[in-house]
Amino acid sequence: MIEKMDQIFVQLQHWLVSYLPAALQPIAAAVIGVVAIVCFFPALFALITVIERKGIGRMQNRLGPNRVGPFGILQPIADAIKSLTKEDIVPTSANGPVHFLAPVILVVAIFMGFAVLPVGRNMVLVDMDAGLLFYFAMGASTEVSVFMAGWSSRNKYSLLGAMRAVAQMISYEVVLLLSSVSVVMIAGSLSLPKIVEAQNLYTWGLPHWYIFTPWGLAGFVMYAIAATAETNRSPFDLPEGESELVAGYHTEYSGFKFALFFLGEYLAMLSISGLGTTLFLGGWSAPLASLNFIPSWFWFLSKLMLSIFVFIWMRGTLPRLRQDQLMNFAWKFVLPFTLLNLLVTALWHFMGEGWARWVVCSAILIVVWVVMGRIEMRSEHFGPRRYRYAE
Amino acid sequence: MSAVFYLIAALTVAGGLAAVLLKNLVHAALAVTVAFGGLALLFLSLDAQFAGFAQILVYIGAVAILIVFAILLTRGSDLPKDGVFSKTWLIGLVIAAAVFSVLGWAVLSSASGLPNESAVPAVNVHDIGVALVGRYVLPLEIVALLLTAATIGAVIVAMHEKDGAQ
Repeated sequence: MIEKMDQIFVQLQHWLVSYLPAALQPIAAAVIGVVAIVCFFPALFALITVIERKGIGRMQNRLGPNRVGPFGILQPIADAIKSLTKEDIVPTSANGPVHFLAPVILVVAIFMGFAVLPVGRNMVLVDMDAGLLFYFAMGASTEVSVFMAGWSSRNKYSLLGAMRAVAQMISYEVVLLLSSVSVVMIAGSLSLPKIVEAQNLYTWGLPHWYIFTPWGLAGFVMYAIAATAETNRSPFDLPEGESELVAGYHTEYSGFKFALFFLGEYLAMLSISGLGTTLFLGGWSAPLASLNFIPSWFWFLSKLMLSIFVFIWMRGTLPRLRQDQLMNFAWKFVLPFTLLNLLVTALWHFMGEGWARWVVCSAILIVVWVVMGRIEMRSEHFGPRRYRYAE
Repeated sequence: MSAVFYLIAALTVAGGLAAVLLKNLVHAALAVTVAFGGLALLFLSLDAQFAGFAQILVYIGAVAILIVFAILLTRGSDLPKDGVFSKTWLIGLVIAAAVFSVLGWAVLSSASGLPNESAVPAVNVHDIGVALVGRYVLPLEIVALLLTAATIGAVIVAMHEKDGAQ
């Protein structure tokens, strides 16, 4: 029974495919997987928009959407109808084909990332040997589409927003990659299902997730910072800072094209949380050995929704960073610390089993964290900003 | 040579041609991105996953963005008055033809020198990693040193003078 619940979706796929002739079966299995991803994650996106608006409303001491359906839970349906029926405005001076292609490429590239995420035991669309690399390759392609959107709109706010977004995404992509490399070093594989397998072990009923090691915790913190910046979420949402840039690179998009950008942002959040879950939080494995009777996909989705909640929480709590603070933070604190974490990971690997590596690795990371933070804060000037970039 | 190869090759060549022929510089840069994507697909159709994904990650994710930034930060994407074609196009054509013929000759003559392997060698990412830090560790370190020097150089070039106008 436990086994059956765990594999229910896999068996459903096998059952559906078994009605077809043998020649078509591999293609049909792939199509079913793709359809499941394309239906499920946008549905989750609709749910998250409500949760986010209600949650932010709660944090800001207001009600949030409460008109459509009981407690406003039908709000996404109303939003979808609205964005479908709105006029699609393309500015006269806009660059037509590029303006049209930008949201399409963005959403396609983000959907591709889900192909390698293991959602549950045996539930991965393509088990690639270089799955992690594939994910980052797809993530890198979104930068081009952001630039295309900003440039083709022929609007200075759009272009400025796009330049900010691309500069930010490039800076934090380095950190994102390097913090994942430490996991690859320990797991010894770029394949995401194999990384989950490596964490799906228990000692005294406690899991071997990488977040429960010194280098894993440091890597996860760096990964979370980089992931927030990569998806342009608050407090790193200055590519679309309303007070300065109207809406950033999607200022000139309306109707369903804007909805695609919106969808892209939330899907990117979901997929990057999924990757973080897979790399550091044990993917679909249960938090306690005694909880293994609950299906693996349930654990993956719980961790996913927990990460989304943290994203929303941060948005409701933290003020937005300034451009120079963002860049200084990326290049002077996060990147050096991530590089150090790589060395600590190697040390962890070569020190072998025992308590000594716990003490040494934790000590190095904590000391460097404190010292670097102190030094950077000393050179920080509070008061009016000295402009270096825009003279 | 399968149909897939011809499709991808057509895409890549079209991207490359568009990059040369389009008048708008940003369009040309985006066309180069298409050509990069085509090359990545060629690698993937040859079962070279690592090379294909690295191609996308480095060329589409970084080089294309770098080109676009360079265009926007220097003279803008506006069309120059005297057209985009250089006056010395004849010399350029001769040089391009010479480079192409040398490359073509090298590729064609190397085909006979290689052992004729019937089975596709199965190279996975693990083998590439072992080779990089094992047999080819010296070239890797030299490249790393070169890149570090280039990074420091770029920072120094971009750095403001300390006592300059604030």
